[in-house]
Amino acid sequence: MTSTLTRPTPARHAPAPRMRRTGRRPRAATAGRLTYLFLLGFALFSAFPLYWSLVVASQDNSALGQVPPPVLLGGNLMENIERAFGTVPFLRALTNSFIVSASITVSVVLFSTLAGFAFAKLRFRGRNAMLLIIIGTMMVPTQLGIIPLYILMAKIQWTGTLYAVIAPSLVSAFGVFFMTQYLSEAVPNELLEAGRVDGCHTLRLFWHVVLPAARPAAAVLGMLTFMTAWNDFFWPLVVLTPEDPTVQVALSTLASGYIQDFSLSLTGTTIATVPLLVVFGLLGKHIIGGIMQGAVKG
Amino acid sequence: MSRSRLYRLDVHGSPYLYVAPFFVIFAIFGAFPLVYTAWVSLHEWNLLAEEHPFLGLANYTALFADPYFWNALRNTASIWVLSTVPQLVMALGLAHLLNRRLRAPTFWRMSALLPNITSVAAVAIIFGQLFGRDYGLVNWLLGVFGAGKIDWQAGTATSHIAISAMVIWRWTGYNALIYLAAMQAVNKDLYDSAELDGANSFQQLTKITVPAIRPTIIFTVIVSTIGGLQLLAEPLLFGGSSITGGSDRQFQTLSLYLYEVGFTRFDFGYAAASAWVMFGVIVLAAAGNYWLTSRLRRS
Repeated sequence: MTSTLTRPTPARHAPAPRMRRTGRRPRAATAGRLTYLFLLGFALFSAFPLYWSLVVASQDNSALGQVPPPVLLGGNLMENIERAFGTVPFLRALTNSFIVSASITVSVVLFSTLAGFAFAKLRFRGRNAMLLIIIGTMMVPTQLGIIPLYILMAKIQWTGTLYAVIAPSLVSAFGVFFMTQYLSEAVPNELLEAGRVDGCHTLRLFWHVVLPAARPAAAVLGMLTFMTAWNDFFWPLVVLTPEDPTVQVALSTLASGYIQDFSLSLTGTTIATVPLLVVFGLLGKHIIGGIMQGAVKG
Repeated sequence: MSRSRLYRLDVHGSPYLYVAPFFVIFAIFGAFPLVYTAWVSLHEWNLLAEEHPFLGLANYTALFADPYFWNALRNTASIWVLSTVPQLVMALGLAHLLNRRLRAPTFWRMSALLPNITSVAAVAIIFGQLFGRDYGLVNWLLGVFGAGKIDWQAGTATSHIAISAMVIWRWTGYNALIYLAAMQAVNKDLYDSAELDGANSFQQLTKITVPAIRPTIIFTVIVSTIGGLQLLAEPLLFGGSSITGGSDRQFQTLSLYLYEVGFTRFDFGYAAASAWVMFGVIVLAAAGNYWLTSRLRRS
């Protein structure tokens, strides 16, 4: 846990290491045809189930019984989407998922940045112990507390409401750890000291110095949090009702009929996955950067 | 108050204010439920009942005598091995390829991560179709090669393979990116001299890369232990929302059993006990895997 995050852009464009590199042999083995072939195979392996889900979603359910099975898109997509929206409250589910994921994201990013600022840049008694506790809680399986959490929600009558899904995820140990790592590198101590000399109190320092510097990491944390919240399954399934679900709960309702209507349930998975695919297509590069920066540090 | 006292209050007091939101919310929705689980597990606790008589350790003794619990434990362990070992080995290989100088590296990395952004529920439903008995694509493919149809859900081994395939598909690329990040920190001179000594790419992977990124490998093993022992959506949706994990419980995992006990029988005391036992299993397995992976280093 000792190493820290690198600042993405400045480090990459720093001229010094690049100059040192010149005159050396190539840094990494160059990829040959076989490498690309393997990678292409893996890319197809990654993409195929999603493509297949779209194929099934665009077919009539009976078309699946054909030999050979259909491999191209059919013409029934709109009809299936209509059916899916008629079978489960999908519009409601999409709205709910959006509300849940957005609230959790805003809260996690804000509180993680605040706490990360304190842990990375401020000295106070108990700091190391608290940070250790936070890292420790990352290892505790989430399902351990699910029974009492339900009892608690039943007692305060939050079962069946979005509060029950949002509240437990408002803070994230991973988020605090991630922002602590990032901010300890990204904010120069001299800048904070200069601010102090000018009479800034810490909250102003946070607002004017730390927040702007935290923006790249906050964006990455926000995206990871949003995706995790959007995809969360067990707890929403337990605490929400099929009438007022999140997308994942609606999916499980779609898939749970006595006779499995695959063109219907895979239409559901397609609808549920498209918003994430859009986000991933636009910001995937940063998401990958975030995972690669955040995860090695174990 | 004087300016300097205000200043000192700000410097010494404000950090606590900044970390407070985390600890307050975590205390209510994270720490309290954990501790309370232990308390609930010592009682006969039905959600609807007013009284919760104290039972002592009876829930735990009942659990250890419960064949369904042992069945779920076996299934969980089997699915964990079937999914984690191939997944991490494949991730290593993929990372090794991604670590070469590539054209369009971001494209290849994104394609590796694509499965991971798909929700578990979606993955389970899609693979439920792929591994379907009658119209499943896998069975059709087997048919092309002359093999007979397999009823993937019906058998213990076959259902475990199908569920493992979901986990492998969703997590291989993610782990590859984590390995890749670690590999990029390995000193490239090591590879240069290995190449001069005539080591091929595979030897470089096993002799240089794997030893160098061992801490990361241990980390991924631990993380996949914690995650893999909590599988719920995959077996649940594979069986078409069958809470028993198949007609003979052939693919009911520990989490699924916890769900069954807690939220169909509403026997919260018993479910809380199984949650704690599950936690114990995870800690033991994580520690065991840590021990195993660190021993590999020396051999």
